Amino acid sequence: MDKFTVLSAVAAPLPEANIDTDKIIPARFLKTTKRTGLGKHAFDAMRYREDGSENPEFVLNREPYRKAEILITHENFGCGSSREHAPWALLDFGIRCVIAPSFADIFFNNSFKNGILPIRLPRDICDQLMEDARMGANSRITVDLERQVVIRPDGSEIAFDIDPLRRHLLLEGLDDIGQTMRRESAISAYEAKQKKDAPWMPSIVLD
Amino acid sequence: MAARTLYDKIWDSHVVDTLEDGTAILWIDRHLVHEVTSPQAFEGLRVAGRRLRHPEATIAVVDHNVPTSDRTLPVEEPESRNQIETLERNVKEFGVPYFPLLSADQGIVHVVGPEQGISLPGMTIVCGDSHTSTHGAMGSLAFGIGTSEVEHVMATQTILQKRQKNMKISVEGQVAPGVTAKDIILAIIGKIGTAGGTGHVIEFTGSAIRALDMAGRMTVCNMAIEGGARAGLVAPDETTFEYVRGRPFAPKGADFDAAVAWWKTLPSDEGAHYDTVVELRAEDIEPCLTWGTSPENVIPITGTVPDPAAEPDEAKRVQLVRMLEYMGLEAGQKIAGTSVDVVFIGSCTNSRIEDLRAAAAVASGRKVASGVRAMIVPGSGNVKKQAEDEGLDRVFLDAGFEWREAGCSMCLGMNPDRLTPGQRCASTSNRNFEGRQGPGGRTHLVSPAMAAAAAVTGVLTDARDLV
Ligand code: SF4
Repeated sequence: MDKFTVLSAVAAPLPEANIDTDKIIPARFLKTTKRTGLGKHAFDAMRYREDGSENPEFVLNREPYRKAEILITHENFGCGSSREHAPWALLDFGIRCVIAPSFADIFFNNSFKNGILPIRLPRDICDQLMEDARMGANSRITVDLERQVVIRPDGSEIAFDIDPLRRHLLLEGLDDIGQTMRRESAISAYEAKQKKDAPWMPSIVLD
Repeated sequence: MAARTLYDKIWDSHVVDTLEDGTAILWIDRHLVHEVTSPQAFEGLRVAGRRLRHPEATIAVVDHNVPTSDRTLPVEEPESRNQIETLERNVKEFGVPYFPLLSADQGIVHVVGPEQGISLPGMTIVCGDSHTSTHGAMGSLAFGIGTSEVEHVMATQTILQKRQKNMKISVEGQVAPGVTAKDIILAIIGKIGTAGGTGHVIEFTGSAIRALDMAGRMTVCNMAIEGGARAGLVAPDETTFEYVRGRPFAPKGADFDAAVAWWKTLPSDEGAHYDTVVELRAEDIEPCLTWGTSPENVIPITGTVPDPAAEPDEAKRVQLVRMLEYMGLEAGQKIAGTSVDVVFIGSCTNSRIEDLRAAAAVASGRKVASGVRAMIVPGSGNVKKQAEDEGLDRVFLDAGFEWREAGCSMCLGMNPDRLTPGQRCASTSNRNFEGRQGPGGRTHLVSPAMAAAAAVTGVLTDARDLV
């Protein structure tokens, strides 16, 4: 997982509440065997017209937002199913940070597991950031996780809250696996203990 | 030491370490893998350059996508074929033991584990599938996990978990003749509801549970998840040990004795604390089935479809009306006598040899009613073979049932076995959600005997009338 320290990037405004996981990645793309490659289907129904061509109205189809790494949106982002395909699709598109007044619980957790930083900020602040984002390429927004601030294009700073353990994992670029691996010595010690305490434990070996 | 439950003991003996916020790193003894929830996990390992920490504690099978017809033919649906082939490439690359499609050992992951002696008492067992709770029948802590967690187990042989609460569901007494394990678990879910076990691990106890054979205990634990609990378990006892003895991957000889000595220490201590206790009397349980689209919509086969008007809560009432409409039923109608189009005997709930024997006892000497499609889908290649050795296939084929290859089949609409819109099915599976067995399909969850009774009469029937 890539580290998340300071992200200075184009932010795309998506002024809509209750964007559900079906909107983020429709169910028909779940029979895939990959977690990469879903970016082209992110927001499929909003992004493409029925004939498969791009909908020029949709924000992520317009410059400079095609390269957006931050998404500013409204309440309850990511509601619906527990599919991990939703953060996979955002990440594959290039989104590393979503700013909204609130998030659905499972999506919120799944985002951290995949290196995406979801930031909760009050609605009026999200609306201000939305205005900044509308100014396009000249108004990059900066997210500084170390200092826990969002920096607007005019240089003013907005503080945000985050769980300390999650902040630590993102800063270090550790996913859950990376974090657990840091306890390698405890795992090795358990393995040794099990060998001693349960020598009867069978191995599954096929010939 | 304070008195502990079976769950407490398994938990305590598997904690590797504890994080600052109280989350435990829990050791996993067995990781079961299937084709649907594993591809992204293998890919994650590959991208991060990680290996599988303990391939010899892992077993892979294909079950969800596989056709249950002629296995010598190629798998027709391209996406299913791709998931199967992807698993086959992954097990090779990462060195995972694998029962291929054409092996007699192939079958539904939750049938294969206990059958092979891979799932044993006292173990922690996970799989990227919610019905992993089935293995709790062995007296093990077994639960379903998500894809990121599958990858976590592959890489570290551990999982991050918070301790759950203890729930005891006790069924005391002796069930009446014709009442099966399926009826017991349906009655339990009817009582506690689909959220009754949320946040808990359920221990099923009481003389009626202890009297069940292992297949029956698996049926009960299988549906713990339908009662909202991620795991359900039954204390290991002589029935368990006898079941395990001699299975291909079970410990042998002195190892077996050493294992049994430890397993005997696992049952809950006298006076152990349970956060929640639910009691049922075995005598009160009748053969039952579901009428709606939630597993908690349970009524006895002698009963009638409930009237939504009696529901005081407005939102629930609307839901009940919608269910009746979807199921094509009338409030107040007798459930027995409702005609069925399809009968499905299979799934990880009820596809073991004992289940097939119970169905065969009803089907024997009778004929499937005209217009009914009746399918028997054994849980594994070994179950199929044993049934054939016992002549059960002849009983079913003579009666007009289809005798199919092992797999998840019509339990979920992911392979070619599906209901068509409006079809009514008596099914021995575990989920009756809208569209679960195919879009628009109507599912009644029943025991194998009741399913067979529906097949030969063409209507939902009290199996006790046929034996
Ligand atoms: S039989 Fe049904 S419930 Fe069991 S593993 Fe297969 S799909 Fe899931």
